[in-house]
Amino acid sequence: MSEFLISITPIDWLLDPLTHDFMRRALMVSALVGGVCGLLSCYMTLKGWALMGDAVSHAVMPGVVVAYALGLPFSLGAFVFGVGSVALIGFVKQKSRIKEDTVIGLVFTGFFALGLVLVSKIKSNIDLMQILFGSPLGISRSDVNQTLIISFIVISILLIFRKDLMLYCFDAKHARSIGINTGILHYLLLTLLSLSAVVGLQTVGIILVVAMLITPGATAYLLTDRFDQMTLLAVISSSFSSFLGVYISYWSDIETGGSIVLVQTLIFLIAFLFAPRYGIFKNQSLIKND
Amino acid sequence: MNPIFKSHEKDFMRIEADQVCVDYNGTVALYDASLNLKAGSICGLVGMNGAGKSTFFKALMGFVRPSRGKIRINGIKVNQAQKEQSVAYVPQNEGIDYSFPVSVWDVVMMGRYGAMNIFRIPRESDRRAVVHALERVDLLDLRERPIGSLSGGQRKRAFLARAIAQRASVLLLDEPFSGVDVPTEKLMAELFLQFRQEGHTILISTHDLNHVRDFCDFVVLINKTVLAYGETSEVFTSENLNKTFGGIPPNPLSGPTSSKDFVNE
Repeated sequence: MSEFLISITPIDWLLDPLTHDFMRRALMVSALVGGVCGLLSCYMTLKGWALMGDAVSHAVMPGVVVAYALGLPFSLGAFVFGVGSVALIGFVKQKSRIKEDTVIGLVFTGFFALGLVLVSKIKSNIDLMQILFGSPLGISRSDVNQTLIISFIVISILLIFRKDLMLYCFDAKHARSIGINTGILHYLLLTLLSLSAVVGLQTVGIILVVAMLITPGATAYLLTDRFDQMTLLAVISSSFSSFLGVYISYWSDIETGGSIVLVQTLIFLIAFLFAPRYGIFKNQSLIKND
Repeated sequence: MNPIFKSHEKDFMRIEADQVCVDYNGTVALYDASLNLKAGSICGLVGMNGAGKSTFFKALMGFVRPSRGKIRINGIKVNQAQKEQSVAYVPQNEGIDYSFPVSVWDVVMMGRYGAMNIFRIPRESDRRAVVHALERVDLLDLRERPIGSLSGGQRKRAFLARAIAQRASVLLLDEPFSGVDVPTEKLMAELFLQFRQEGHTILISTHDLNHVRDFCDFVVLINKTVLAYGETSEVFTSENLNKTFGGIPPNPLSGPTSSKDFVNE
């Protein structure tokens, strides 16, 4: 195997996988999903919703199982349970004295456990490993279509309400005081989170999808002081990670979701160490000139 | 100056609160609070923490719904006034995430969002309004800087510029004097006087009595309700202040005292 790896040229390394239909599909879907999640991750990191992302992505589990069992599009089930978990978190928080992070942890583990129980009880050909860890290399045509539609919806909404959502994350009080309905923005952002978790879990699975929803944003946040640049950098680094992750997974026969997230994490680490202004080894002259 | 303000009479009421009560889940935070502020006035809202000061402020901004009583801004309901961009809110420095990736220009442009279409694409008039606002607070040279790289006083000025760019007739300021340097304080004093002349009404929520004396024409003393309300010189008596602060303030009417003396913050 290692001799084989050494003998191939970089061109082969890039082109060979493209001869396979399933690889073309996997690369396209992964890069698209990376872009969608990367874009949303900016809002998640700025709003401080990392835990919420973790919660929603785990809570969609029973929805996926139920949808498969009923023969419905899995995204529908996932979306219903994603939004349902958010609503439940809001309800429990409002009606009890329990602090929000506790409520979030409580609800999402409950939903996740329900999903595990359902998988073991509903006799079907659901592959638990596929839900938990994703399988972009084995993605079906109908799943591709679902991903395309959801991605289009999320990107459109994020582009249209880009400024409003940014203002909501930065200064919700001002947004309210100029007549913007921040309640709608709040639930819009949570809905987008559910939808992104749905597409994200196809490539990296439920357990790692939260990485797609925060790591690119965190990386970009270390690199710039401009919101527009941050979104651009997050999308690029996220799509690139997915692309490279799938390639590495193909050539070295490692788990794809882990490969993608590991690439993301490595890019974050590089930014964390060497970001010009905010890295550990930052450029001192840049700081002084400011 | 903005023509819309000239059309109003000097005794046009900008803020009217009539017997406002607010309670949170059965706990009364504020009762029977009434207040009338006409165009061209600067009013201090003074009270201890937890005395209902910020509740009153939130009610005026439409963030909490009064359980009783009514509030009018420029003669119309608060949410309508907000849609007409009549109310500007200048937040406490502590209430803002200053590591957020926005520039000074971006922050001031946020004051124009309400006047833009759904995509919030700035027009030439919006850019002019932002430039003008930045000039008035003397921050035009720093417009490209990230908001987090500014000093406390400069940050305050950036948010004042946002309110100016919004062209609101009612300005609500939350603790505007905390963490502010002397040049900014002087600039704020000048700005407030200009705002008053232009017919704006400014309501300042603070526990800093010295600044209230220096800046405000009117004072509202709050302790669960409006204890006293009127011209600063008449309302600022030891007796009233004792009622407001429960006997805590050490001689607030003389000598340079710092705000730290008055509250448990």
